[in-house]
Amino acid sequence: MQKLTMGFLVMWATIISMSWVYAAPDLEVNTPAISAIKNSMQARHNQLAPHYASGAIGLTKDGLIAVRDTTAVPLKDRQGINALVAAENADRNALYKEIAAGNGHPEWRGDIQGTFAGRWIDKAQGGWYYQNDAGWMKK
Amino acid sequence: MNKKITKITGLFVVVAVLSACVTINIYFPAAAAEKAADKIIDEVWQLKEGAQISVEKPSEAPATKPADVPAK
Repeated sequence: MQKLTMGFLVMWATIISMSWVYAAPDLEVNTPAISAIKNSMQARHNQLAPHYASGAIGLTKDGLIAVRDTTAVPLKDRQGINALVAAENADRNALYKEIAAGNGHPEWRGDIQGTFAGRWIDKAQGGWYYQNDAGWMKK
Repeated sequence: MNKKITKITGLFVVVAVLSACVTINIYFPAAAAEKAADKIIDEVWQLKEGAQISVEKPSEAPATKPADVPAK
Protein backbone atom coordinates (compact mmCIF):
# COMPACT_ATOMS: atom_id res chain seq x y z
CA MET A 1 0.00 0.00 0.00
CA GLN A 2 2.83 2.38 0.89
CA LYS A 3 4.58 1.49 -2.33
CA LEU A 4 1.41 2.21 -4.22
CA THR A 5 1.00 5.60 -2.59
CA MET A 6 4.62 6.40 -3.31
CA GLY A 7 4.24 5.43 -6.94
CA PHE A 8 1.13 7.54 -7.23
CA LEU A 9 2.89 10.56 -5.72
CA VAL A 10 5.82 10.22 -8.11
CA MET A 11 3.49 10.03 -11.08
CA TRP A 12 1.49 12.97 -9.87
CA ALA A 13 4.60 15.07 -9.36
CA THR A 14 5.73 14.19 -12.87
CA ILE A 15 2.41 15.27 -14.35
CA ILE A 16 2.37 18.51 -12.36
CA SER A 17 5.90 19.41 -13.37
CA MET A 18 5.12 18.57 -17.00
CA SER A 19 2.12 20.84 -17.07
CA TRP A 20 4.22 23.49 -15.31
CA VAL A 21 6.67 23.40 -18.18
CA TYR A 22 4.00 23.51 -20.85
CA ALA A 23 1.58 25.86 -19.12
CA ALA A 24 3.22 29.17 -20.12
CA PRO A 25 5.59 28.62 -23.00
CA ASP A 26 6.88 31.72 -24.74
CA LEU A 27 6.06 31.96 -28.40
CA GLU A 28 9.03 31.69 -30.71
CA VAL A 29 9.47 35.04 -32.48
CA ASN A 30 13.12 34.88 -33.45
CA THR A 31 13.00 32.82 -36.62
CA PRO A 32 14.84 34.29 -39.62
CA ALA A 33 11.55 34.85 -41.45
CA ILE A 34 10.04 36.80 -38.55
CA SER A 35 13.18 38.89 -38.06
CA ALA A 36 13.25 39.80 -41.76
CA ILE A 37 9.62 40.97 -41.66
CA LYS A 38 10.27 42.90 -38.46
CA ASN A 39 13.23 44.73 -40.00
CA SER A 40 11.23 45.61 -43.07
CA MET A 41 8.39 47.00 -40.94
CA GLN A 42 10.76 48.94 -38.71
CA ALA A 43 12.40 50.56 -41.73
CA ARG A 44 8.98 51.51 -43.12
CA HIS A 45 7.75 53.00 -39.86
CA ASN A 46 9.60 56.29 -40.37
CA GLN A 47 7.53 56.85 -43.51
CA LEU A 48 4.27 55.77 -41.90
CA ALA A 49 4.57 57.70 -38.63
CA PRO A 50 3.68 61.16 -40.04
CA HIS A 51 0.59 59.69 -41.68
CA TYR A 52 -0.55 58.07 -38.42
CA ALA A 53 -0.10 61.45 -36.74
CA SER A 54 -2.03 63.37 -39.43
CA GLY A 55 -4.87 60.82 -39.42
CA ALA A 56 -4.34 59.90 -43.06
CA ILE A 57 -3.74 56.31 -41.98
CA GLY A 58 -5.42 54.49 -39.11
CA LEU A 59 -5.04 51.17 -37.30
CA THR A 60 -7.81 48.75 -38.19
CA LYS A 61 -9.50 46.47 -35.70
CA ASP A 62 -8.12 43.40 -37.47
CA GLY A 63 -4.46 44.22 -36.89
CA LEU A 64 -3.78 45.92 -40.22
CA ILE A 65 -3.69 49.56 -41.33
CA ALA A 66 -5.90 51.47 -43.78
CA VAL A 67 -6.03 54.78 -45.57
CA ARG A 68 -8.55 56.82 -43.64
CA ASP A 69 -8.56 60.37 -44.90
CA THR A 70 -6.23 61.67 -47.56
CA THR A 71 -7.43 65.29 -47.54
CA ALA A 72 -4.45 66.23 -45.37
CA VAL A 73 -2.05 64.55 -47.79
CA PRO A 74 -0.65 66.50 -50.76
CA LEU A 75 -1.97 65.17 -54.05
CA LYS A 76 1.44 64.02 -55.21
CA ASP A 77 1.86 61.82 -52.10
CA ARG A 78 -1.49 60.05 -52.28
CA GLN A 79 -0.37 57.29 -54.61
CA GLY A 80 2.61 56.68 -52.37
CA ILE A 81 0.35 56.27 -49.34
CA ASN A 82 -1.58 53.45 -50.96
CA ALA A 83 1.63 51.64 -51.82
CA LEU A 84 2.95 52.13 -48.27
CA VAL A 85 -0.25 50.75 -46.76
CA ALA A 86 -0.30 47.78 -49.13
CA ALA A 87 3.34 46.94 -48.34
CA GLU A 88 2.79 47.28 -44.58
CA ASN A 89 -0.31 45.07 -44.67
CA ALA A 90 1.51 42.43 -46.70
CA ASP A 91 4.25 42.41 -44.04
CA ARG A 92 1.75 42.28 -41.19
CA ASN A 93 -0.15 39.37 -42.74
CA ALA A 94 3.12 37.55 -43.34
CA LEU A 95 4.18 38.27 -39.74
CA TYR A 96 1.02 36.75 -38.24
CA LYS A 97 1.32 33.73 -40.50
CA GLU A 98 5.00 33.21 -39.72
CA ILE A 99 4.50 33.43 -35.94
CA ALA A 100 1.75 30.80 -36.14
CA ALA A 101 3.77 28.56 -38.46
CA GLY A 102 7.02 29.12 -36.54
CA ASN A 103 5.34 27.77 -33.41
CA GLY A 104 3.96 24.72 -35.17
CA HIS A 105 0.35 25.92 -35.09
CA PRO A 106 -0.71 27.49 -38.41
CA GLU A 107 -4.28 27.47 -37.08
CA TRP A 108 -3.31 30.08 -34.45
CA ARG A 109 -2.93 32.71 -37.17
CA GLY A 110 -6.30 34.32 -36.56
CA ASP A 111 -5.80 34.40 -32.79
CA ILE A 112 -2.35 35.93 -33.21
CA GLN A 113 -3.73 38.57 -35.56
CA GLY A 114 -6.48 39.35 -33.02
CA THR A 115 -3.94 39.67 -30.22
CA PHE A 116 -1.78 42.02 -32.28
CA ALA A 117 -4.80 44.11 -33.25
CA GLY A 118 -5.43 44.97 -29.62
CA ARG A 119 -1.77 45.57 -28.79
CA TRP A 120 -1.09 47.88 -31.78
CA ILE A 121 -3.98 50.06 -30.68
CA ASP A 122 -2.97 49.99 -26.99
CA LYS A 123 0.54 51.09 -27.87
CA ALA A 124 -0.46 53.71 -30.44
CA GLN A 125 0.41 57.32 -29.66
CA GLY A 126 -2.20 59.86 -28.66
CA GLY A 127 -3.80 61.49 -31.71
CA TRP A 128 -3.51 58.41 -33.90
CA TYR A 129 -6.68 56.94 -35.34
CA TYR A 130 -7.86 53.39 -34.73
CA GLN A 131 -10.94 51.44 -35.66
CA ASN A 132 -13.45 49.78 -33.37
CA ASP A 133 -16.96 48.44 -33.93
CA ALA A 134 -18.34 51.97 -34.04
CA GLY A 135 -15.86 53.18 -36.69
CA TRP A 136 -12.76 55.38 -36.56
CA MET A 137 -11.74 56.76 -33.18
CA LYS A 138 -9.04 59.24 -32.27
CA LYS A 139 -6.79 58.10 -29.49
CA MET B 1 -9.01 -3.86 -2.03
CA ASN B 2 -5.47 -3.00 -3.09
CA LYS B 3 -6.23 -4.13 -6.63
CA LYS B 4 -9.18 -1.82 -6.82
CA ILE B 5 -7.13 1.17 -5.66
CA THR B 6 -4.44 0.36 -8.20
CA LYS B 7 -7.07 0.24 -10.93
CA ILE B 8 -8.67 3.54 -9.93
CA THR B 9 -5.30 5.24 -9.56
CA GLY B 10 -4.18 3.97 -12.92
CA LEU B 11 -7.33 5.21 -14.56
CA PHE B 12 -6.99 8.57 -12.86
CA VAL B 13 -3.41 8.97 -14.05
CA VAL B 14 -4.35 8.06 -17.61
CA VAL B 15 -7.17 10.60 -17.61
CA ALA B 16 -4.92 13.29 -16.10
CA VAL B 17 -2.17 12.71 -18.66
CA LEU B 18 -4.62 12.71 -21.55
CA SER B 19 -6.34 15.88 -20.44
CA ALA B 20 -2.96 17.57 -19.96
CA CYS B 21 -2.03 16.64 -23.53
CA VAL B 22 -5.30 17.99 -24.89
CA THR B 23 -4.83 21.21 -22.95
CA ILE B 24 -1.33 21.68 -24.32
CA ASN B 25 -2.30 21.13 -27.92
CA ILE B 26 -5.64 22.86 -28.36
CA TYR B 27 -5.63 26.09 -26.44
CA PHE B 28 -4.09 29.23 -27.83
CA PRO B 29 -1.56 30.68 -25.34
CA ALA B 30 -3.08 34.15 -25.14
CA ALA B 31 -0.69 35.51 -22.50
CA ALA B 32 2.38 34.33 -24.39
CA ALA B 33 0.98 35.80 -27.60
CA GLU B 34 0.47 39.20 -25.94
CA LYS B 35 4.01 39.13 -24.66
CA ALA B 36 5.32 38.27 -28.13
CA ALA B 37 3.17 40.98 -29.72
CA ASP B 38 4.43 43.60 -27.25
CA LYS B 39 8.03 42.66 -27.96
CA ILE B 40 7.60 42.89 -31.73
CA ILE B 41 5.60 46.13 -31.61
CA ASP B 42 8.19 47.76 -29.33
CA GLU B 43 10.85 46.89 -31.89
CA VAL B 44 8.90 47.91 -34.98
CA TRP B 45 7.77 51.21 -33.45
CA GLN B 46 11.05 51.64 -31.56
CA LEU B 47 9.23 52.28 -28.30
CA LYS B 48 12.01 51.11 -26.00
CA GLU B 49 15.67 51.96 -25.80
CA GLY B 50 17.77 48.93 -26.65
CA ALA B 51 14.97 47.34 -28.66
CA GLN B 52 16.25 48.93 -31.84
CA ILE B 53 17.66 46.73 -34.55
CA SER B 54 19.76 49.66 -35.84
CA VAL B 55 18.52 49.89 -39.40
CA GLU B 56 18.30 53.68 -39.21
CA LYS B 57 20.54 55.79 -41.33
CA PRO B 58 22.85 58.03 -39.30
CA SER B 59 21.38 61.14 -40.96
CA GLU B 60 17.99 60.34 -39.42
CA ALA B 61 19.34 59.78 -35.95
CA PRO B 62 18.25 63.10 -34.39
CA ALA B 63 14.58 62.59 -35.33
CA THR B 64 14.02 58.96 -34.35
CA LYS B 65 12.37 59.42 -30.99
CA PRO B 66 8.67 58.58 -31.54
CA ALA B 67 7.60 61.35 -29.16
CA ASP B 68 9.23 63.89 -31.47
CA VAL B 69 7.00 63.09 -34.44
CA PRO B 70 5.22 66.34 -35.24
CA ALA B 71 1.45 66.17 -34.73
CA LYS B 72 0.11 68.11 -37.70
